Amino acid sequence: MQALYAQLLVGLINGSFYALLSLGLAVIFGMLNIINFAHGALYMMGAFCAYFLLNLGGINYWWALLLAPIIVGIFGMILERTLLQWLTGLDHLYGLLLTFGIALIVQGIFQNYFGSSGLPYAIPDQLRGGMNLGFMFLPIYRGWVVVFSLVVCLATWFLIERTRLGAYLRAATENPTLVRAFGINVPRMITLTYGLGVGLAALAGVLSAPINQVRPLMGADLIIVVFAVVVIGGMGSIMGSIITGFALGVVEGLTKYFYPEASNTVVFVLMVLVLLVKPTGLTGRAA
Amino acid sequence: MTSITDETLPITPRAMRDEMIVFVIMAALLAIVPFTGLYPFFVMQALCFALLACAFNLLIGYGGLLSFGHAMFLGTAGYCSAHALKVWGFPPELGILTGIAGAFVLSIITGYISIRRQGIYFSMITLALSQLLYFVYLQTPFTHGEDGIQGIPQGKLFGFIDLSKPVTLYYVVLVGFLAGFLLIFRTINSPFGEVLKSIRENEQRAISLGYKTDQYKLLAFILSGTIAGFAGSLKVFVAQNASLTDVHWSMSGEIVLMTLVGGLGTVFGPVVGAFVIIAMQQYLAGFGQWVTVIQGVIFVACVLTFRRGVVGEIAHLFKRSL
Repeated sequence: MQALYAQLLVGLINGSFYALLSLGLAVIFGMLNIINFAHGALYMMGAFCAYFLLNLGGINYWWALLLAPIIVGIFGMILERTLLQWLTGLDHLYGLLLTFGIALIVQGIFQNYFGSSGLPYAIPDQLRGGMNLGFMFLPIYRGWVVVFSLVVCLATWFLIERTRLGAYLRAATENPTLVRAFGINVPRMITLTYGLGVGLAALAGVLSAPINQVRPLMGADLIIVVFAVVVIGGMGSIMGSIITGFALGVVEGLTKYFYPEASNTVVFVLMVLVLLVKPTGLTGRAA
Repeated sequence: MTSITDETLPITPRAMRDEMIVFVIMAALLAIVPFTGLYPFFVMQALCFALLACAFNLLIGYGGLLSFGHAMFLGTAGYCSAHALKVWGFPPELGILTGIAGAFVLSIITGYISIRRQGIYFSMITLALSQLLYFVYLQTPFTHGEDGIQGIPQGKLFGFIDLSKPVTLYYVVLVGFLAGFLLIFRTINSPFGEVLKSIRENEQRAISLGYKTDQYKLLAFILSGTIAGFAGSLKVFVAQNASLTDVHWSMSGEIVLMTLVGGLGTVFGPVVGAFVIIAMQQYLAGFGQWVTVIQGVIFVACVLTFRRGVVGEIAHLFKRSL
């Protein structure tokens, strides 16, 4: 049973990353109509940012948790201003191709300087050790990642679904021209939205640094799984992305316990099944 | 919203004539390659990728479907052919057929699944399916995992054409490439191709005109996947191995890049693009990961400033269809 709970926890942690990344993808897609292929690369940049902050600036994990998303988010906003904004009015597929190119550039540069091996990032002192819950041993850091991700996801949901800013955002998603007519600076909102999505990816990167090590290609395979998560969940609903992300992480964890050979592929197989039964995705509207 | 190929000239007798002339010139140029001192291995490799890119282009350029998983057909056909040749001891012609059959079956299954969604979702689904297959090939014993299938015998085609001679192999690959190219060319210029283009431009309208668009898309997908598989089978004879790199997502990305550089939705663009990218990889082989960075820069530059691609720009300049 111990092993089952341990795999469930690993599943929840992966689920946190899926949720944070697919949430960002959905927010970006809503505003920019772009599927951000660079999301995995920006997640990796978040982890590297934390690594640099610690090793070059002596800035600890807690500050990295705040600063890395901001730094990478600003980098994302620069990308949006300089490159992505020129795609307005073009076929959606060009957005995919452009961001794929950005991902190749970023990952290639990091691979050049850091190879493919992982750099260690220590768990902060306050989160070391573990708790005995009676039925399992819970490493505190892992529990922290799940709880903190959940809080961030729900906060993002609240921001978009329950605040005035979020209302502008949703309105601009539906009809940007009309929202502009009301005097709201929609291009700036688009930039900030991209920054927000990218920041969420970078945050996931910082959270994963102590668990998965910091590697140039850490986001490359992850983003493909997140694409499958997005296909399963659909991008129509924020809450849908969060729930699907966590749920698929748990399913993956269970698969690791019961049938480890399929743990890499289970999300893709589920995607196939969902497409056969309900092609629009579990929560999505027809695209 | 402009579609991914922003201008389509109608098929006129003049356009057909232009394209046939260019085809004859291309075939003639490729036929004299062994006498020019160019490294035949390089040209053969480029030809395999050119056919692959043409097959990919059939989907994106004429059906509006961007497949981000076309490497799965390359890799699957490669593994099937390699296994048939090496383990079962098949002659080359049956080895190629085995590879094509593998890609054919795979394209029916993956096509049936992926055409259920359009646009951006289609791309994500094909990418996810190819990644699924990647992990399957990583784990199944017949592919030999990370090592791949190596040292594949080239054998004698039809019992008398010795494929271990580079020049002979070159002409066999060339004939295969030209045959595949003509098949695609014929498809594009057929009534079937016209319906595909109408689906790309406006699927709802095509449906309202009574076309079962799903069947057209599936058929195009199967055709594209099978021809891509043929390219994969030919590549086995050139490289004499079949490995995981052929199934990896980065390979799918390269196929997209080749077509983008040459010109999406142009007849000859993918061929030009394949030669450009393969040549670039040859010359920059010593620069390690910078090749990836350069590929990324080309992607960005093409999307932002050069969406017609090399051939598309030339065609636009001369107002011809190429």
